[in-house]
Amino acid sequence: MKLESKIPAGPLEQKWTKHLGSIRLVNPANKRKYEIIVVGAGLAGASAAASLAELGYKVKCVIYHDTGRRAHSVAAQGGINAAKNYQNDGDSVHRLFYDTIKGGDYRAREANVHRLAEVSVKIIDQCVAQGVPFAREYGGLLANRSFGGAQVSRTFYARGQTGQQLLLGAYSALIRMVGAGSVEMLAHEEMMDVVVINGQARGIICRNLLSGQVTRHSADAVVLATGGYGNVFNLSTYGRLSNCTAIWRAYKRGACFANPCFTQIHPTCIPVSGDYQSKLTLMSESLRNDGRIWVPKKGADAKRRPGDIAEEDRDYYLERMYPAYGNLAPRDISSRAAKKVCDEGRGVGESGLGVYLDFSDSIRRLGESAVRERYGNLFDIYREITNEDAYKAPMRIFPAVHYTMGGLWVDYNLMSSIPGLFVLGEANFSDHGANRLGASALMQGLADGYFVIPYTIGDYIAGIKPGSRPSTDAPEFVAAEAQVTGTVQRLLSVKGRQPVSHFHKRLGKILWDRCGMARNARGLEQGLREIPALREEFWANVNVPGDGGTLNQSLESAHRVADFLELGELLCRDALSRDESCGCHFREEHVDAEGECDRNDDDYAYVAAWEYAGEGKAPILNKEPLVYESAKMVKRNYK
Amino acid sequence: MRVNLKVWRQPGPHARGEFKTYATPDLNPDMSFLEMLDVVNDELTLKGEEPIAFAHDCREGICGTCSLVINGKPHGPHRAVASCQTYVRSFKDGETITIEPFRAKPFPVIRDLVTDRTAFDRIMSVGGYVSVRTGAAPDANSIPISKIDSDRAMDAAQCIGCGACVAACKNASAMLFVSAKVGHLGLLPQGQPERYRRVLAMVNAMDDEGFGNCTVTGSCAAVCPKEINLDFITRMNRDYLVALVQEGVGRKGAKEGAGG
Ligand SMILES: Cc1cc2nc3c(=O)[nH]c(=O)nc-3n(C[C@H](O)[C@H](O)[C@H](O)COP(=O)(O)OP(=O)(O)OC[C@H]3O[C@@H](n4cnc5c(N)ncnc54)[C@H](O)[C@@H]3O)c2cc1C
Ligand code: FES
Repeated sequence: MKLESKIPAGPLEQKWTKHLGSIRLVNPANKRKYEIIVVGAGLAGASAAASLAELGYKVKCVIYHDTGRRAHSVAAQGGINAAKNYQNDGDSVHRLFYDTIKGGDYRAREANVHRLAEVSVKIIDQCVAQGVPFAREYGGLLANRSFGGAQVSRTFYARGQTGQQLLLGAYSALIRMVGAGSVEMLAHEEMMDVVVINGQARGIICRNLLSGQVTRHSADAVVLATGGYGNVFNLSTYGRLSNCTAIWRAYKRGACFANPCFTQIHPTCIPVSGDYQSKLTLMSESLRNDGRIWVPKKGADAKRRPGDIAEEDRDYYLERMYPAYGNLAPRDISSRAAKKVCDEGRGVGESGLGVYLDFSDSIRRLGESAVRERYGNLFDIYREITNEDAYKAPMRIFPAVHYTMGGLWVDYNLMSSIPGLFVLGEANFSDHGANRLGASALMQGLADGYFVIPYTIGDYIAGIKPGSRPSTDAPEFVAAEAQVTGTVQRLLSVKGRQPVSHFHKRLGKILWDRCGMARNARGLEQGLREIPALREEFWANVNVPGDGGTLNQSLESAHRVADFLELGELLCRDALSRDESCGCHFREEHVDAEGECDRNDDDYAYVAAWEYAGEGKAPILNKEPLVYESAKMVKRNYK
Repeated sequence: MRVNLKVWRQPGPHARGEFKTYATPDLNPDMSFLEMLDVVNDELTLKGEEPIAFAHDCREGICGTCSLVINGKPHGPHRAVASCQTYVRSFKDGETITIEPFRAKPFPVIRDLVTDRTAFDRIMSVGGYVSVRTGAAPDANSIPISKIDSDRAMDAAQCIGCGACVAACKNASAMLFVSAKVGHLGLLPQGQPERYRRVLAMVNAMDDEGFGNCTVTGSCAAVCPKEINLDFITRMNRDYLVALVQEGVGRKGAKEGAGG
C-alpha cells in the first residue's frame, strides 16, 4: 500500500495556516445533506461530534457507554498542556513542539506535532468559555504546573480531575447539540465493524448491548475516536471497558495500524497487590513536582520500614541519574529506572516491585496543608486502596500500562488508509512518537476534535456527491452484519471450561513479560508462539454464559478479548521488527554505554504501518519515512 | 475471609426480580468490592449459572458508572466514595451483605444491578451547558475569576453523575444533581447569560422525567461520592425564584419553590 501522508509543502510554521487556506470547503446549505458517524464521545469524539454538528453536518454519535460523560477521558488527573506562556517562563509554540518531538524520541510526524502546539492555545480558550473550572491564582488568572519532560510550567489543571472537567466541557457542547436535534446519540451501542464500499468507508455495524440487536448505519464519513488499546495488557490504568474492537475491525477492513508496540508504561501507579486485581490506579505525574523518588541503596534495606532508613542510605536515583530533570524525567525513562532498581533487588513492598514516592521534604518545606491543597484527592485515593497514610509514610509506586502511542495510521488530515474513515484522539498514532509527554493526550484529543477534523473532513466531504449515501441494503452491509452475528453465535456456542477473564489475564502476562518495559528478540519470538496458541485455546475452551438477546457482559468482554488476542500478536511482531531502542520501546540488544536507548535513525526513522493481509497470513509492513525539516534528530538527553 | 452476598437478580426490565444468596470463595481483604463480584461471577460462569450484571468502568471513583446499594446504602458504608472504591476489608468475615441496584422510578432496572440513568442526559440537554461555538472563545485570561468562585464552581462541577443522590432520596429527587450543574455554571462569569433560562429549563425537565420533590432531608449529600453540598440546592432554589419573576411565568408547584 502506498501511504500518502499529505503533509503540506512550505515552512513548518506555515503549513497548517496554508493548508487551512487551501482545503476544499462544503457549502453551508449542503452540510446538512451529509451524515457523519462519530464513534466515541471521549474528549476527541465529543469535541468532534459537537463541532461538526455546529457546522451543520448531520451527526450520529455512537458509544458503548450509557452516556458520553463516562468515557475514560474522565479519569485523566494531572492536566493539559498549552503553549500560552502565561507564566512568562519562556514557553512558546516552538518550545512545546520541540519538547513533544524530543519526548517522543523522534518517532512522531513533525508537521502534526507542530500543528498540535499551534492549536493548543485555542483549546484553553475554548474550555474556559465552556465553564471548565481550571485552577486559578489569587489574582484570578489561570494557574499552571509542570509535567515531565518540560522545563516550563505549561500545564493547566482542575484539581486532580482535569480529564473529568474537560470531558464534562466537551460533553456539554455535545449534549447541547443533542438538545438542538443536530446530533443523534446512540448509547449502549458497540460498533462492531466498518462497512467499506468501493474502497470508501460508508457506514458501520453496531450491536446494541442491552437488546443484542445488530444494526446497519450508513454515512458519508466515519470518525473513530474510540480511545487507546492498553487493556490488551489486561492490567492497566484504563477503565475496564476500554478496548480495541473498533480500530481492530477497521484494521481488518484495510486501515493500517501504526507502531502498535509503542505503549506507555507510566512510572507512578499503585503496585499490584494480588491476582484478583482488575485494574491499576495511577497516581498523577504531577506528584513528581513535590515528591522525591527513592529506594534504599542496599538491597538488604528493602524490607525495612522507610522511616528507619537513614538519609545517606537512600538512593534518589532519578535525581542522581538525571540531574537536569530529576524527578520530572520523562515517563519512559523514569519507568525503566524503576524497573532497573527493582531488578537489582532494591525494590520495596511485599512483592519487591515498588519504589518510594516521598513527600516528607515538601511537607516540611510547604506544610501539610499546602500539600493537601495540591494533592489531597490523590492522597485520599492512595489511602483507600492501600489503607496507608502518605502524609506519614512515603507512597509505594510502580510502573503500569497507561497509554498507547500506536494506533490507526492517519494522514495529515487525520484520515486513515481507508478513504472516508477518520481517526482521532488516542485511537490514532500521529503525535506522540515513541513516548508521550504528560498532559499531552488531553491536548491532542481536543485539538483533533475541536480544531482539526472540523476543517479537514470538509476536504473529503467536498468530493462526495450529496445524497450519495448508500442504502443499508447494499451487499457490503448485509455481509458485514452477517459476520457480526456469526461471531456472536460462535462465541456463545463454545461453552468451554474457562471464563473470559482467564484468557485476558494470561494474555496480559505474556505481553507484560515479552513486550513490556524491556523487550528482546528471544522473548518476542516466544510471545509470537504463545499468543496464537492461547488464541486457539480461547476459541476451544472459553465459556460465555447466557444468550445474545439481553444485556450479557460476558459476551461483551468475550468480543473484546478475542480482538485483544489478535492485536497482542501484532504488538510483538512490531516490537520484533523494530530492531532498535527508542522511547518506550527498549530493546535490550540496543543499549548505549550509559544504559539508555540506542536509537537507530539510519534504519528505523519510520512509522511502521501494518496492513492486514487476511486470516492466517502475515501482515504487510509499510513504512512512512520520518523526515525532519526543522527539529534536528539528536540523542535525547535529560541529564 | 468469606462473606455471603444477598443479591438482587432480575433477568430483564420487565421480568420479576428476587434476592439470591451466594457464598463467596476465600477473599483477600484488600480486594475491591467489584473485584469480589468478578471472582464470584467467574465461579458462577464455571457452574453454568449466569453471572451477576453490574455497571462499572473506571473503577477509581470518577466515571460514575458503578451504582450499587450495599447494605441499604448507595455506594456502601463509607462516605465520599463510589461503590468501586469500597474494599472487602470494610466488611466482617462471615457477614451477609445485601446488594441492590439504585432504585428510583426514573431509573428503571435493565438487568440485575444495572439501571438506566439516561434521564440525567435528557435534563442536561435542555440547559447544562454554556452556548459557545467552537472557535468563538476569547483569550482564556481575558476574564479573571476569583479563586474563591472558581474553587466553589469546582466543588459543584466534581459531580460524577452517578445518581446515588436519587437512590438515597425517599422522594427520588434529582435536586442535588441538577443543582450541582446549575451551581457550577452559575458561579462563573461564562455561565451568567443563560443562568436563569438554564435553571428553569433544567428544573422543568427534571419534573418531566418523574423525579420527586426535595424535602431537604439531606440523605443525598450524605451518600454523594463527591460530597456535593446541600447549599447548592439552596442556591438553585434562589435562582429558580428569580428566574420565575424574570420570566413572569408561573408553573405548577411554583409556590413550593423549586421543589420540582
Ligand atoms: C488514569 C489516566 C490518567 C490520565 N491522565 C492524563 C493527564 O493528566 N493528561 C493527559 O493529557 N492525558 C492523560 N491520560 C490520557 C488521556 O486521558 C487519554 O489518552 C484520552 O483521554 C483519550 O481520549 P479519547 O477521546 O481518545 O478516548 P476515550 O476517552 O477513551 O473515549 C473513547 C470513547 O469511544 C467509545 N467507544 C470505544 N470503542 C467503541 C465501540 N467499539 N463502539 C462504540 N463506542 C466505542 C467509548 O464509549 C468512549 O466514548 C490519562 C489516562 C488515564 C488512563
Ligand atoms: S466504576 Fe467509575 S466511578 Fe465506580
